[in-house]
Amino acid sequence: MALISEGAFVEDSWRRLADEEALPKSGKIIVSLSRLHAALQWLGAGSALGVFVPNTTDPAALVGALPRLSLIAIAFPAFADGRGFSLARLLRRAGFTGELRASGRIVADQYLHAVGCGFDRIEIPDDLAERQGEAQWRAALHARSLSYQRGYGAGGSILEQRRRGAK
Amino acid sequence: MTAHDPVLPSRPNAGGTTYVYDQFDAAFVRERVAEFREQVERRLAGALTEDEFRPFRLMNGLYLQLHAYMLRIAIPYGTLTARQLRQLAYIADQWDQGYGHFTTRQNLQYNWPKLVDVPDILDALADVDMHAIQTSGNCIRNITADHFAGVAADEIEDPRPTAEFLRQWSSAHSEFSFLPRKFKFAVTGAEHDRAAIMVHDIGLRIVKSPAGEIGYQVAVGGGLGRSPFICKVVREFLPRADLLAYLEAIMRTYNRFGRRDNKFKARIKILVHERGLDEIREAVEAEFAAMDRAPFAYDTQEFVRIAAFFAPPSYAKLPARSASLETAKLENRDFADFVSVNVAEHKIDGYAIVTVSLKPIGGIPGDAASHQMRVLADLAEKFGLGELRVSHAQNIILPHVKKDDLFALWRALDTAGLATANAGLVSDIISCPGLDYCSLATARSIPIAQAISRRFADLERQRRIGELGVKISGCVNACGHHHVGAIGILGLEKKGAESYQITLGGDPTFEASIGELLGPGVSAEQVPEVIEHIVEFYLAERQGDERFIDTWRRIGHQRFKELAWREGEDGSDI
Amino acid sequence: MAGLERPQILLASDLAHGDVVFLGASGWERDCHRAKIVYDSDAAAALQAFGQAEIAKNHVVDVYLADVAVDASGAPEPLHYREKIRALGPSVRRDLGKQAWLRRSGDAM
Repeated sequence: MALISEGAFVEDSWRRLADEEALPKSGKIIVSLSRLHAALQWLGAGSALGVFVPNTTDPAALVGALPRLSLIAIAFPAFADGRGFSLARLLRRAGFTGELRASGRIVADQYLHAVGCGFDRIEIPDDLAERQGEAQWRAALHARSLSYQRGYGAGGSILEQRRRGAK
Repeated sequence: MTAHDPVLPSRPNAGGTTYVYDQFDAAFVRERVAEFREQVERRLAGALTEDEFRPFRLMNGLYLQLHAYMLRIAIPYGTLTARQLRQLAYIADQWDQGYGHFTTRQNLQYNWPKLVDVPDILDALADVDMHAIQTSGNCIRNITADHFAGVAADEIEDPRPTAEFLRQWSSAHSEFSFLPRKFKFAVTGAEHDRAAIMVHDIGLRIVKSPAGEIGYQVAVGGGLGRSPFICKVVREFLPRADLLAYLEAIMRTYNRFGRRDNKFKARIKILVHERGLDEIREAVEAEFAAMDRAPFAYDTQEFVRIAAFFAPPSYAKLPARSASLETAKLENRDFADFVSVNVAEHKIDGYAIVTVSLKPIGGIPGDAASHQMRVLADLAEKFGLGELRVSHAQNIILPHVKKDDLFALWRALDTAGLATANAGLVSDIISCPGLDYCSLATARSIPIAQAISRRFADLERQRRIGELGVKISGCVNACGHHHVGAIGILGLEKKGAESYQITLGGDPTFEASIGELLGPGVSAEQVPEVIEHIVEFYLAERQGDERFIDTWRRIGHQRFKELAWREGEDGSDI
Repeated sequence: MAGLERPQILLASDLAHGDVVFLGASGWERDCHRAKIVYDSDAAAALQAFGQAEIAKNHVVDVYLADVAVDASGAPEPLHYREKIRALGPSVRRDLGKQAWLRRSGDAM
């Protein structure tokens, strides 16, 4: 997998734990949703925990764990399956401030949408990263400077700019 | 000028009555064109596979059809300026084959563009405040509206400010660009539904509360296609200030819970049908209640800004009755017929709404040659305050014509072959492109429309038959709206040949109904004959000035089926 | 090697232009009559494999085999009405598409 952050390919400091692997006592690990409860019990306060969730997850199921989670990775089973965008929005609304990852076959052309919905990082398989190199992701981050929707992304919407201009 | 420079408050254009892009709208569209230009280059270089590229080309209106690519241009809420129509003619000549096809969703399709030329075409569109954004794909599509918006006598409010407000909100929406399936909005502000809102994913009807406040009736889950459904009202009255927030709640509910396991069950109509309206309403209202409303705080002011562009044009003060019109009608029978069929009442005295039929007898429904587009642009400037409309019935409307000018306009239209007096009559057929162009089609549609049109060529007989909607689709996707045709025709493949199913009793208005099947399919050659029988039977049964749909409702489908069965006994296979 | 029930040809859409193309003896052809006809499943599979390679090279998309009849001159004619229309152009506009181009190039000969 390749990890993209702010338009650049970066090292991943997190380790995704397979379900059959034993839980370590420390480190930055990502567990699947089914092991979240056990991991929360097991891990000490010093370790960083992330969870990998399907895009059909009910955000209510995560709300209790949010303060203890440093990372949530949302699966994108297919790039055209947009459920993860809404889930990201809902998790941000629920107050999650840690790292939000879109994980799957996201293409560079969706990068801005992902950022707008609250994702920080994108995790893609290597074959995709080979075809869509860093330059394409960097360019995709600047493909549009304007958006009509308010409350998506930090850039400021067209409406906000209009209001500033009108004053 | 950059996007960050201060701007003066937008000043609506003096002459026109439609929205004009400000620097932000213009820059937004240019950015989208540049982005698509890059995407085309990356596709040709292999950075994007066809599967990855497809959603992005569709979101820019580009399909790959039977013979070539097809580019679908949005005509938001069906409003065009003369300048825009001239540009569409220019594009048709420069990059296509000199014509365009007006569709049932206020779009225009070019049938022959090359992929490598499309970015240039999109730039040419941007030159006149137009685009092809979201005319396809699993996203919010072009927002359509009543084609008589702003001029109809039965209107509570012009629906176009609402449609433009929604166009902006839905453009490149980060959260709702990868929905389970396409999503179509239609808006009307009138008492009569001319925009077929009840067969859209969301149909918005502008209504007045008992207290006199203007808001929306929100209906959800309509649609045609393989399983047709009529919208159900999810909210009887939604205040304007809540519009975007509420729609966002609906979209989020659909994006999360709409089915993705089967593309034929992915539309919101199936979600509403399977879960039930109450469950959907509950989910939407819960989401609506949970939302952060701060981002919507300025919606009302933004709406006011947009609405200013649609202020009525400066009409002349005229008497309601035009003496010259009455004289011309007496002197010219064909003109009088044209006025009685293609001209509608305008809300302002002395003005009229003219429907220019794109259904000449035996012609291709909805097609307009570039020279005809130019004629229409010229006539709109000369007689119609420079404005045109596109209807979902695939015709062009000149919405502000002085009654005094009607005769001169009619003569000019007649010279250009655009004066067919059949608006709303049996030869004003809605037809999708069908298998002559479309890669999804299972049978041809256009030749069927042409054959019926020729069969009923006699306009006097058409007027005697009266209002009768014939609608033809070349596959179950129902782009030709056959389900809501008083007579609907669906082209299918049966044993390696084209076969046509006929339905009766469809209605696209507020009283919406889905047509019922008459019997087994018939061959292309038999269709006009069968329609003839149905029409003759109706004429024999009709009471007073009943429309076809009224007679059908009164006497019932069974009587028509029996007729079909009897005819079948005589040897024709229907 | 199994014989096919009907002879077949390979067709596709040109990626950059969108034009319908038929695989001929030495590459893609715009004229259906110049398509290479195959009679057995191995030859059909070879056409398909070539088509897939062409997709991977980003030359064409939507590659598939279509049944044809072979006329007296040895030229293929698609059997299904859909491919007949693709080989010619819209039946309602004889002045457009391949039929118009073929007529023009016929006149020139």
